[in-house]
Amino acid sequence: MSAPGSTTTKMIMGIIIDTIGRFLVLLPATLLFFSKPAGSTTIRVAPAGHQASISAALAACKDGDTIIVSKGLYKEGNLVIDKSVCLLGEGMPVIDGENKFEVLSVKKSDVTVRGLRIQNSGRSAMSDPGGIKIYDSARVTVEGNELVDNFFGIYIQYGTDCIVRNNLVKASQKEEHQSGNGIHCWKSANLQISGNRISGHRDGIYFEFVTHSVIWRNISENNLRYGLHFMFSNDDSYITNYFRNNGAGVAVMFTKKVVMMNNTFEENWGDSAYGLLLKEISDCFLSGNTFTRNTTGIFFDGSNRITMERNTLKSNGWAMRLQANCMDNKIRRNNFTGNTFDVGTNGFLTLNEFTENYWDKYEGYDLDKDGVGDVPYHPLSLYSIIVEKNPPAMLLFRSFMINLLDKSEKLLPSLTPDNFIDRRPLTKPVRL
Amino acid sequence: MITIRHISKSFGKLKALNNISLQLDPGECIALIGPNGCGKTTLIKSILAMVLPDEGSIFFDGKDIRNDNLYRARIGYMPQIGRYPENMTIGQVIDMVAGIRSSSALPDMELYEEFGISRLLDKRMRTLSGGTTQKVSATLAFMFRPQVLILDEPTAGLDPLAAGILKDKIIKSGQEGCLTLITSHLLSELEDLITQLIFMQDGSLVLHKDVEELKNLTGQDTVAKSVLQLLKSGEIGVEL
Amino acid sequence: MPGILKYIALDILKNKIVIAYTIMLALFSWSAFGLEDNASKGALTVLNIVLLTVPLVSVLFTTIYVYNSNEFIELLVSHPVKRSMIWKSLFAGLSASLVLAYLLGAGIPLVLFTDPGTAAVMLISGSFLSVIFAALAFLAAVLTRDKAKGIGVSIMLWLYFALLFDGLVLFLFFQFSDYPVEKLVVMLSALSPIDLSRILVLLHLDVSAMMGYTGAIFKTYFGSAWGLLMSFCLLLLWIWIPFSLSLRKFIKKDL
Repeated sequence: MSAPGSTTTKMIMGIIIDTIGRFLVLLPATLLFFSKPAGSTTIRVAPAGHQASISAALAACKDGDTIIVSKGLYKEGNLVIDKSVCLLGEGMPVIDGENKFEVLSVKKSDVTVRGLRIQNSGRSAMSDPGGIKIYDSARVTVEGNELVDNFFGIYIQYGTDCIVRNNLVKASQKEEHQSGNGIHCWKSANLQISGNRISGHRDGIYFEFVTHSVIWRNISENNLRYGLHFMFSNDDSYITNYFRNNGAGVAVMFTKKVVMMNNTFEENWGDSAYGLLLKEISDCFLSGNTFTRNTTGIFFDGSNRITMERNTLKSNGWAMRLQANCMDNKIRRNNFTGNTFDVGTNGFLTLNEFTENYWDKYEGYDLDKDGVGDVPYHPLSLYSIIVEKNPPAMLLFRSFMINLLDKSEKLLPSLTPDNFIDRRPLTKPVRL
Repeated sequence: MITIRHISKSFGKLKALNNISLQLDPGECIALIGPNGCGKTTLIKSILAMVLPDEGSIFFDGKDIRNDNLYRARIGYMPQIGRYPENMTIGQVIDMVAGIRSSSALPDMELYEEFGISRLLDKRMRTLSGGTTQKVSATLAFMFRPQVLILDEPTAGLDPLAAGILKDKIIKSGQEGCLTLITSHLLSELEDLITQLIFMQDGSLVLHKDVEELKNLTGQDTVAKSVLQLLKSGEIGVEL
Repeated sequence: MPGILKYIALDILKNKIVIAYTIMLALFSWSAFGLEDNASKGALTVLNIVLLTVPLVSVLFTTIYVYNSNEFIELLVSHPVKRSMIWKSLFAGLSASLVLAYLLGAGIPLVLFTDPGTAAVMLISGSFLSVIFAALAFLAAVLTRDKAKGIGVSIMLWLYFALLFDGLVLFLFFQFSDYPVEKLVVMLSALSPIDLSRILVLLHLDVSAMMGYTGAIFKTYFGSAWGLLMSFCLLLLWIWIPFSLSLRKFIKKDL
């Protein structure tokens, strides 16, 4: 394919577009990654124009060029970006994979994809096709796109320093195996995932072997499995995200040194749904999160040295479940209100520390008015122990006899473990 | 009219009725007497099917009363102590009974008027004195023109005037061919009413005779004296 | 029957206890929905009240009422009325007024605050509980002549269903915790009308997710349309069996 028009026209067009581009289209972030080589050009693709195909434009361009795609519907099979270009949509053009192809494959560093609607990628468990898939690249920015009904939405493998920002990622499959993840990151580092909205995928955001990355201000809801799924991904943080009504909540597994702050975990009701599942993780920090209306707010399984403070746990079935294989966790200054069970555990040995939490079920007194109750609080109710040992006993939930049992155990603790205790329960909620 | 055949009834160890057979005919006015706890009330309740005999059967106009309740439409019953739903008024009780009986015949309002019940219609049953309650019972017993009257201690608790009214009414009903069964402790009261006498003791029937026959037999001129005579002569084992 | 029923209904409706019961249910329910921040929790609180008080009030009030109706019964049996008719009218009158009290007291806030499905299940099961415990009270009242004894029996019945039965179930859970007895226990819990109603209602609330595997089993048995029908048939049996036993006994009773 040949470049369109004569050299003169090309030059003039290039200058005009470049000028407009500099002022209107390019955002500072892009500028950071682009050290534009001299002589870079801008190619315009439009359905009715003389350059009607994106693939042709991609073939014709060179590193540092910009391709602007005008509004329209493009069905061009698999598009491979193997040059460091900037692919921009104008008026949200639609690139359709016809349920057969991976739509956009980025195989070069320093690529920007912005303002495109990418839909209907193929589905295959062998090659995991995605709406946008980034292979072994650095400094790729995916921004302001709409990814609709793709198998995987945005897929990054062996990526570094990539940015995925302000995208809308949604799918509408009903079964887990028919759907890939919204934003899938594998063996990558230094990623920024922020401001995306993900719904209807298997996992909203999936991290496996991803380090030193940040997940910030995303909304992940109504996904089939997890809102966020972390595996073997150390030294990451996720902050101020909103996870709602996902099949099984959020799972952080086999990971170290994760910071989780100011997130909201909400409405994860279901047999094995958790607001947040922590499995085999250690040295993490949880603060300022809100867990509301989950079957289990937060589930600790084989997790050690986690500091959990200043979180709000409200109206959950179990606010938290702390398995006996967890050690040295510090749970302090959290607010537990309106939960059916504040704490559940499967054993009697507890090597974790509860202190200065607010428990709305606390009935002690505070004579010296220092805001700390004078009587310790036992957050583990008798019934929660019974249920843990004997799950069918849940059938007696809300039975009068159970209420009586719990009340009498509160008065004369004899069966609940002695060391499962908050010696300094607060009399007023922690102000957050 | 009422035929009782070999009925027995025990309450635990107590034998309340012991193999009793009786034939009660229309037009008769029968006094049922005997010491306390001799089974009078049990007998009456058996006729009304309030108590179900252990053995034997009772026939009303040749029909076994078991599994039947319509025969009671022809009986007027006045209990010893009338017990009524406390919250109902006299008017409601009368209305309700009338509703149950749903008799097409014109009700007999004689006692109703003579006892002055109409003035008391809004009174609740629990507020009534024993006498007034008895008046209500009596009124109800006669109101639906029964062919059989069963009166358990009818005059107990009534003032003499009311007792007189009731007595007249009993006589009148007898003249109209009504079979009347009365229990009373005061034989003298029944003197001019009764035509037959039944004496019971310890659940057994001791005596069932026409009054005239009884008087002839004992040579006394009143029923009371005749019974006394029998008691003395040892034909009846206990004193009244 | 309508004639008698009318007077019974009139009498009960004038009864202060029924009125107080209605007001109490209303107070509890309205305040439950007022205090809890979401309707589902309000419904749970109301459920607790309903499961505790409805059976208790129904069984006690009915027992006492039946004993106090002795006079009424005596008055009627000397008239041409079938005994079964008297007993049935009394039962119908009492059940109807207890159900009415429940619907007025707890029903209105339930309909206003919860979703139609939950409200319907709670209304139906609460009404069933009222009638079931009235039937049990009839049985208790006809079995013992002595009023105090009868009231004692009905309190024991309530205690058994509200408390002891669950204790027994819990005991069985522990005794047979090594065996897969879930199905058996689910069936067993259907043998107590209070438990059956409680679980039926819980299945309609989002806390049902907490009931785990056993809840899921229960749901497969009793949650479907057929299961619901079966549950209601079971509840109907709970009315029919005690009442027909009491009826048989009453017909043969000496007054």
